[in-house]
Amino acid sequence: MNLKKYQEICKENTPKENIFKKTIISFIVGGLIGLIGQLLIKVYLSFNSFSYTDACNLMMITLIFFSCFFTALGFFDDLVTKCGAGLFLPITGFAHATVSSAMEYRKEGLVFGIGSNIFKMSGSVILYGVVSSYICALIKYLGG
Amino acid sequence: MTLKFNNVYINETSLVVGPFVKDGPLKNFDKVYNDFYNGEKTFEECEIKALNDCLKILLEKINKNEKQIDVVFSSDLSNQLSISNIVLSKYNIPYFGVYNACSSLTEMIILSSSMIESKKINNSILLTSSHNLTAERQYRNPVEYGAPKPKYSTFTVTSSTGCYISNTKSKIKIDTCTIGKVIDSTIKDVSNMGAVMAIAAANTLFQHLNEIKKDSNYYDLILTGDLGKYGKKIFVDTLKELYNIELKNYDDTACMIYDNNDKNTLAGGSGISCMPTVLYSKIIPEMKNEKIKNVLLLATGALMNPTIVNLKKSIPSISHAVSLKVIR
Repeated sequence: MNLKKYQEICKENTPKENIFKKTIISFIVGGLIGLIGQLLIKVYLSFNSFSYTDACNLMMITLIFFSCFFTALGFFDDLVTKCGAGLFLPITGFAHATVSSAMEYRKEGLVFGIGSNIFKMSGSVILYGVVSSYICALIKYLGG
Repeated sequence: MTLKFNNVYINETSLVVGPFVKDGPLKNFDKVYNDFYNGEKTFEECEIKALNDCLKILLEKINKNEKQIDVVFSSDLSNQLSISNIVLSKYNIPYFGVYNACSSLTEMIILSSSMIESKKINNSILLTSSHNLTAERQYRNPVEYGAPKPKYSTFTVTSSTGCYISNTKSKIKIDTCTIGKVIDSTIKDVSNMGAVMAIAAANTLFQHLNEIKKDSNYYDLILTGDLGKYGKKIFVDTLKELYNIELKNYDDTACMIYDNNDKNTLAGGSGISCMPTVLYSKIIPEMKNEKIKNVLLLATGALMNPTIVNLKKSIPSISHAVSLKVIR
């Protein structure tokens, strides 16, 4: 059987994704998330009782809360499907991945269900986040 | 290898369908589930209920009790056929669990027809079941994750189907069958199931036509399993370029099951129940009205396993062919 020819036929008939359109959508949505974050920082700073670092932390907590909440209500996954990387690359995506895994496995028990599987989708973010921050810190330390 | 049957008939069918299929172009369902839970706590329990309902409806339709059924064959997509196992544990019928991914329907027809033809048994029931979200959960990501999918990926059909075949004469006769071979598709993309399976279907069709010594126009309709919009094109092109066969009366059940304007269903249906749902709700009624008389079924299965896919191995596929004929 001519498998090389078959691979060519498959390639010809497989549709290409519209990367340009998807990039633009992700760019706009990602930018909007950034804008909302910035506005939230401004709002928290206007209370006068928070430092800039506190305001940033509160902004992140707010974004995480709402993406978790919307995932639990069941419509955040449709938004992720439409907006792509614009929604799943920022911190909203990390929260969404964690909550969706928790919802998936809650019927299998608290320990072996939620406990074992909650970081199924987002575990690599934690692992490589820690590893890369360690390397960056090392470089900074050695470089002075 | 092609076998000929002389005394096996399809007598009755039953269908329980779920969301998306019920909104599609097909009609003639026995029961409709409006959502993916249908009052149960989990998707798996919903699928168990659907398959159970389907078997119950079929037994009522043929007016037989479980002791009068010789063998039941059943297949689903859940690990270790757990849905079939649980449903059949409530019945007192000898049981074969069959798995050949989405080509299980034709495989079950071949197995049970051979037993009926050789007079070892008189009748049998064939069950299939698939559920969009149990499959999604098992083969892909958590249901609420919603990662964007490529255009060419397919959308698993939610339905349970049942079929009663026996040596009692009816209008639809099971005529011939060709047992397919496992083919290494060399495709590694788990979303591109059409490309994985098209080559197996082309290979089996070529072999079938050679062995019955007819050309493709002999059939009023040739149906492939669940290749989807793009897999269908790959199948037609492969036949033309590698096997020199031109198809005229051809369609793919993945493209017939959903409303084609619905963007959620991407390239079309897939799953074990895709072909039987189209067959029982559309093709068999048309055959009973003698609109079409000679049909070839090429159910196609991608024999994939999430672990092996993650190990970056290519996905093998298989297709078994069964032909149905209208008799007077």
